[in-house]
Amino acid sequence: MTVLPYIVAVWLLAIGMWGVVTSRHLVHMVLCLSVAQSSTYVLLLAVGYRTGGNAPIVTTTVPPSSHFVDPVVQALTLTDVVVEATVVAVLLALTVQAHKRFGTADPDEMGEISG
Amino acid sequence: MRRRARRTLAAVAIVALAGLLVWASTELTPFGTPAGHADAVTRTLEHDRQVANAVNGVTYDLRGLDTLGEELILFIAALGSAVLLRHRRGEEVEEQETEVGAQTPDALRVAGAVLVGPLVVLGVYVVTHGHLGPGGGFQGGIILASGLLFVYAAGQVLALERVEPIALVEVAESTGALAYALVAVGGLVFSGVALFNFLPFGTTGQLLSSGTIVVLSVAVGVEVTGAVALILTEFLDQTLLRGSE
Repeated sequence: MTVLPYIVAVWLLAIGMWGVVTSRHLVHMVLCLSVAQSSTYVLLLAVGYRTGGNAPIVTTTVPPSSHFVDPVVQALTLTDVVVEATVVAVLLALTVQAHKRFGTADPDEMGEISG
Repeated sequence: MRRRARRTLAAVAIVALAGLLVWASTELTPFGTPAGHADAVTRTLEHDRQVANAVNGVTYDLRGLDTLGEELILFIAALGSAVLLRHRRGEEVEEQETEVGAQTPDALRVAGAVLVGPLVVLGVYVVTHGHLGPGGGFQGGIILASGLLFVYAAGQVLALERVEPIALVEVAESTGALAYALVAVGGLVFSGVALFNFLPFGTTGQLLSSGTIVVLSVAVGVEVTGAVALILTEFLDQTLLRGSE
């Protein structure tokens, strides 16, 4: 199954989006968004994986002539993780403010109040 | 009902999107055989920059400019959540004078107090050895910031309030971001190219090697520590310290 990791990534994206659409609580919605975003980690790491390859770190036992997994996509994944953490932090701060203003964390009820 | 219609619409759209993505993924490179540059990037970075960890070589050298933007995203997000959470402070001070430290279980307090020291040492090690092995500024910075959380777990909320970590972490955050920008300007000054690796490269495997990569990694470590600690402190402040103001 050479496409199984890609299918896992698609599944994470789909289930995360479904969670965002059907969410009844803003904290739940933020977590569903982070599930959807984690699909990109799986996709990036799957693209760069090499069967039997070493981690891209040169040591005395792993000379530069050996085969490595792709370090570029791993660096991209690192960027991805950082951006996701910041997005979650800002969204949770907004959730705190929304709960203070509307007295509820259900996005549907919030929409009814604001008209 | 609107909710039901929305669910149906979303289900159709998501299933269609997933089908298209699975179809497209069959055209990707087969799993386990990456594109040809994977080995070349690691070997070139090891040879030209004397950096053992190619991931950090990419992050702080090849894609150094992206990381500058990424660091500024973190900087602004931390400031943004701080502004959002401070917005209404003092407007609704609730009668919540409970002593937080008193209701923390003793086992948790002891474990938190014992683990703070090793955690800080581990964080500093991970920050400063990112060019030699797994780790780097972002990872180590998170570990260092979680040291603050262990101080809280140890029940020292009042101690946290006394040392006013917010001022301290704001300074750390700004210093890290500024240091990264200064290294970027340094490349411009010494070689005419922003973020050019202008320091001596040394020998692979030694602590002082890889030129500016280790410097940028430490700068990012300081910045991430400050930013994450600022976010954590503001959230703790919202939930726990509001009553004691």
